[in-house]
Amino acid sequence: MDFSWLTDPFYQKALWTGFVNTLWLVAVSAVCGFALAVVFAVTRLRGPRPLAMLVTGVTTVVRGTPLLVQLFFFYDGVGRLLPEIPGLRESLIWPLLRDPFFYGALTFTLSVGAYTGEVLRGALLSVPEGELAAGRAFGLSRWQILYRLWLPRAIQMCLPTLTGELILLLKSVPLVSTIALMDLLKAANMVRDETFLVYEPLLLIAGIYLALTLVLTSVMRVIEHRFPGARPVASKRRRLLPG
Amino acid sequence: MPSDPTDGLLEWLGPILQGALVTLEIALLAYAIGLGLGLIGATARLSPWRPLRALGTAYSTLVRAIPELLLIILLYYAGSQALNALLAEFGGDTHIEISGFVTAVGVLAFVQGAYMTEVFRGAIQAIPRGQLEAADAYGFSRPTRFHRIVLPAMLPNALPGMSNLWLILVKDTALISVIGFEELFFTAQQAAASTRDYALFYAFAGALYLVMTLGSNALFARAERYVRRGQPST
Repeated sequence: MDFSWLTDPFYQKALWTGFVNTLWLVAVSAVCGFALAVVFAVTRLRGPRPLAMLVTGVTTVVRGTPLLVQLFFFYDGVGRLLPEIPGLRESLIWPLLRDPFFYGALTFTLSVGAYTGEVLRGALLSVPEGELAAGRAFGLSRWQILYRLWLPRAIQMCLPTLTGELILLLKSVPLVSTIALMDLLKAANMVRDETFLVYEPLLLIAGIYLALTLVLTSVMRVIEHRFPGARPVASKRRRLLPG
Repeated sequence: MPSDPTDGLLEWLGPILQGALVTLEIALLAYAIGLGLGLIGATARLSPWRPLRALGTAYSTLVRAIPELLLIILLYYAGSQALNALLAEFGGDTHIEISGFVTAVGVLAFVQGAYMTEVFRGAIQAIPRGQLEAADAYGFSRPTRFHRIVLPAMLPNALPGMSNLWLILVKDTALISVIGFEELFFTAQQAAASTRDYALFYAFAGALYLVMTLGSNALFARAERYVRRGQPST
């Protein structure tokens, strides 16, 4: 095992950029993806029929095809067609559309939206009808019922599953190393190509991912316990990784 | 560059379908081996012997906490190097290049086995203790108890997880293209690069994956009805 390359500032910088990009990508996709998931779930349950069918279709396609294929489709496929749209090159959003980070975030957001949307839909369905009726009896509007009652109750029910989805998101980030975006795996591949060390860089980032998974799981466990109305008894089955 | 995108699609249709077949072969083989690894892993995790239990836990925890793509690349290098070291030990200086197919199947099965370990462990633990005790009381041998009692009782619990893992596996085969093995997605990438119709070929590859996942969904639904045949319908 030769880790002397770690002292090289060039590699340090690459790894740090990769680390920051990885965290950013997870944060952006988790937040936007969750918002999309709420929209997806509510549309499928209460939206107009054509819209609900559209969401069902998108969900089926996203969940039925590999994430890597989706990433290439957006980055290489759609990304290459965009310059042909007249006027887009001169527009303000063009720098964004050239950034691989945008395509990574877009793909992951859609994926989180589809998978988590299904989880949320199930949770929304299992909120007892009586609680929503109580909301109506108190004269809450439909929006108030949604964001003060229905959604919080549903999230409370599926929080452990959401933790699992977050870990899945974290673990799909290395895919972006295939689209010219500097993430941890890309940095490791760079070190591998230049130093001819096969295992050391890969093992290092495997360790980083292991640590990130553990940190994220424990942070989420704290949130699960702090979430209003969470029952401490149920905490036993919430552990993602068996100890 | 063909003037009409459909020309390119027709030209590449054969190789891409060939790739889809390779993808299915890899997935099926890796799944079968993964099932075996999962059973071994679950047995280890439920074993009364502590070191074995620790080994099973380490396998499933580590593999599940590290991204699949990273594991595939790591195991790809480690696997071929380990095998060559083993060969050097026995056969002198015969250096063999392990076929991409074997590596692909091996790596995917190893990852699959870890997730399967957890599915089987949960399903086995959900079997009421009394059923196992009854089997012991009737003097069933361990293998008989396993395939007469444990297996039929755990399958209804395990099948939803098994079906999920199969879908994940089919989609994970696309990751093998990153290490340069010619399966469905790799062929689609080549087609896209040569015709420059990127969106078309990626969408087509996606559609083929969708056919595979939706088709297997139907099969698993039938399998689930079969293993639940003795249970009261809900």
